[in-house]
Amino acid sequence: MKKKLISALLSVAMVSTLLVGCGSKAETPAADATEAAGTESAETATQAAGTESTGAGQVYYMNFKPEVDQVWQDLAAKYTEETGVPVKVVTAASGTYEQTLKSEIANANAPTLFQINGPVGYQNWKDYCADLKDTELYSWLLDKSLAVEGEDGGVYGIPYVVEGYGIIYNNAIMDKYFAMDGAKAKSVDEINSYAKLKEVVEDMQAKAADLGIDGVFASTSLTPGEDWRWQTHLANIPVFYEYKDKGISDTDNLEFTYSDNYKNIFDLYVNNSCTAPGLLGSKSVDDSMAEFALGKCAMVQNGNWAWGQISGVEGNTVTEDNIKFMPIYTGVKGEENQGLCTGTENFFSINSQASAEDQAASIAFVEWLFNSDEGKAAVTNDLGFIAPFSTFTDAEKPQDPLAQEVIKYMADTSKTSVAWNFTSFPSQQFKDDFGAALLEYTAGSMTWDDVKALVVERWAAEKAVAIKE
Amino acid sequence: MQKTLKKYFAVFTLPTLLAFSLAFIVPFVMGVYLSFCKFTTVTNAKFVGFSNYIKAFSTPDFLNSMLFTVKFAVVAIVTINVFAFALSLLLTRKIKGTNLFRTVFFMPNLIGGIILGYIWQSMINAILVKYETTLVANATFGYWGLVVLMNWQLIGYMMIIYIAGLQNVPTDLIEAAEIDGASHWQTLVKIKIPMVMSSISICLFLTLSNCFKLFDQNLALTNGAPSKKTAMMALDIYTTFYNRSGFEGVGQAKAVVFFIIVAVIAITQLVATRSREVEQ
Repeated sequence: MKKKLISALLSVAMVSTLLVGCGSKAETPAADATEAAGTESAETATQAAGTESTGAGQVYYMNFKPEVDQVWQDLAAKYTEETGVPVKVVTAASGTYEQTLKSEIANANAPTLFQINGPVGYQNWKDYCADLKDTELYSWLLDKSLAVEGEDGGVYGIPYVVEGYGIIYNNAIMDKYFAMDGAKAKSVDEINSYAKLKEVVEDMQAKAADLGIDGVFASTSLTPGEDWRWQTHLANIPVFYEYKDKGISDTDNLEFTYSDNYKNIFDLYVNNSCTAPGLLGSKSVDDSMAEFALGKCAMVQNGNWAWGQISGVEGNTVTEDNIKFMPIYTGVKGEENQGLCTGTENFFSINSQASAEDQAASIAFVEWLFNSDEGKAAVTNDLGFIAPFSTFTDAEKPQDPLAQEVIKYMADTSKTSVAWNFTSFPSQQFKDDFGAALLEYTAGSMTWDDVKALVVERWAAEKAVAIKE
Repeated sequence: MQKTLKKYFAVFTLPTLLAFSLAFIVPFVMGVYLSFCKFTTVTNAKFVGFSNYIKAFSTPDFLNSMLFTVKFAVVAIVTINVFAFALSLLLTRKIKGTNLFRTVFFMPNLIGGIILGYIWQSMINAILVKYETTLVANATFGYWGLVVLMNWQLIGYMMIIYIAGLQNVPTDLIEAAEIDGASHWQTLVKIKIPMVMSSISICLFLTLSNCFKLFDQNLALTNGAPSKKTAMMALDIYTTFYNRSGFEGVGQAKAVVFFIIVAVIAITQLVATRSREVEQ
C-alpha cells in the first residue's frame, strides 16, 4: 500500500513538472525576444523612468534594425537632454520584430512609435496606427505616394528611409579580370544584360584561382531567417515585371510568369559561388558579407545598408572607392535600362492607443529627428539613411559609397528603378515557405517546377487568408 | 496531529495555491478561452467560435507535425529506455569507476536544450560538410539528429532512475533464483524487470512526455527546416502563434489540442503500466 502511495505522489510530482514545463514554455518566446533588446536598452530605460515626472508625454520607440541600435540609444539620450522628454528605445533581435512588438504592445507601457513594413504590415496593425495626415512630417515627404494610406484616405505609415539594392561588386577584382587576356568584357559598363553577366561571371568563375577569389558570388545564404535576400528582394524582380505587364500593383493570384528569369539569376548565384550548393543551408547573410569584405568573392546581392557590415568586418580588403552597385539582370526584355531596386519597407507609425501626450511627444521626436540640424546629421551620418524628406539638402545626403551609388542611380533618368513590390507579398509565411523551397531546390530535393508551383499556390492561399481576416 | 494540520492548512497551502493559480490555472483558462477568439494581443480578443480549430486542421502543417512527433517519440522512447536500462545494468555491477561513469552519463541532462541543440547542430554539420550538405538540407538528417540528441540528453537521467530501481531489487530473490539455476537472462526477465516495473513506468512516462513536449532542442537544431518537415508539435504551435500575424488564435487552438493529446496519452500510459507493477 505504501508503494502505491509513493508512486502516486511521484506521479503527482511528475505531472506538476509537466505543467511547469508547459507554463514556462508559454513565456520563453516573449522573454527571449525582449531579452536581447532589453539588455542593450536597460540604460535608457532607467533613464526614462527617472525623468518620467515631466508629464509632457514620453516616447517609446521599437527599433527594427539591430545594426543601428547604439545610434538610436545615443539619439534618444541626446533628445532627452535637449528637451527633457524621456525617450526609450528598444531593439527587437533580428527577425523577431513582429513578435516582440506583439508582446510589447500588449503592455501598459506600450511602444508609442513603431514601424510597419508596408500595406501588408498595416493590415496587421491597423488597430494601432494613428492617422498622420496632419503632421508636418507628412508634409515634408517628397513622394507622397510612398506613404501607407488606409481605406479612409488617412496616412498611417510614413517612410523614413529610401533604400536600394542590386548586385554589389568589388571593382578591384573586376578590373583585374578585365585586364586579363580573353576577358569577356572590358568594363562593367558593358554588362547590361543577363546574357552578358552570365558570360562574364562564368568566365570569371573558371579563372577564379587567377583572380584570387573562391567564387564570383558570395554564398547564397539559405539558412531559415537568413534567406530574405532571395525570397523577398530577388523575388521582387519577377513580380515587378509581372505587375508591370498587367498594369497592377497587387494581385490575389500571382502567375509567376517570370519564374524562368528568377531561376536564371538564382542558378547563376548558386553555381558560381564560393560555397558548394549543398552547404548553402548553413550560411547567413553575415557570412556572405564577410566573404565579400575579405575579397573572397567579387559580387554579392544586397542593399546600401550593407555598407556598415562590409566596412565593419575585420581584415576588410574592399576599399571605399572600389565598392559599386550593378542592377540585377535576369534576362527580361528591355532590362538594359533597368536600374537598382529602390523603395522602402520602413514606415513609422504612431500607436493610436497610446495617450494623446505620448502620441504628440512621439511625433515631436520624429520631427526633431528629420528637421533639426542635430537630428538630420545623425540620420545622415550615423544611421546612413537616405531620408525621403524635403528638409534634407543635397549636402545632407549620406556619404557612404553604396548610398552614393543609390543616389546616383536614382538621379540617372535613363535608368528605370525597380519598385519595391514585395511590400505587397502576402505574408511572412509566404516568404518563409518560398525560402524553404529554394533551400530544397539547391539541395536537390525539389525541382524548379515544384518551386514555381509552390510559389503560385502559397501566394494564392496566403492572399486568401489575408482577405478573410 | 490531524487537528493541527487542519488549523494550519491555509497557512501552508495558500501561498502555493495562490502561486499555482496565478501562474498556471488563470493562464490556462485564459488560453482555452483565447483559442475561441481572434486576437493580436491578449487584451483585444474577439470571440469567433470554432473557426480557429477548423483553420488549425485545414492546413497540413499541424497534422504533419503531429505525425513527425509520433514517429520521433516512438523511436526515441524505445532507444532511450533500452540504452538507459542497459547502462544501468552495467553500472550496477560494481565495475571500477562506476560513480565516475554515472556522473558522466548524467551530465548532458544538466545542459539546457537550446545549447544542446546548437552543440549537436555544429557537430552534425561538421560531419556533413565532408559530404557537401547540411543538417537542414534533408529532413532525414534532422530526424535522426533529434533522436541522437534526445538519447544523449535523457539516457543519463533515465539510467539514474533504473539504477535506483535495480538497487532496490532484494538480493535474496536474486540469490534464490541463482540457486534454482536461473541463467542471467532468466534472472533479468523474470526477476529484475518485474521488480523494477515502477521505474520503467516512471521512465516511460518521463520520456514520453519529454518527447511530445520537445521544443528547445527542436528549435535550436533545425527550427523545422527544411519546409517545416522537422517541426514537432510544440514548435509548430510556436511558429503559428508568433510568426504569423492573424494566426494567434489558431496557434492557441493547436495548443489546446496539443494539451489534450499529451494529457490523454500520459493518463492511459500511467494506468497501463501501473497495473503491471509488482507489490513488494
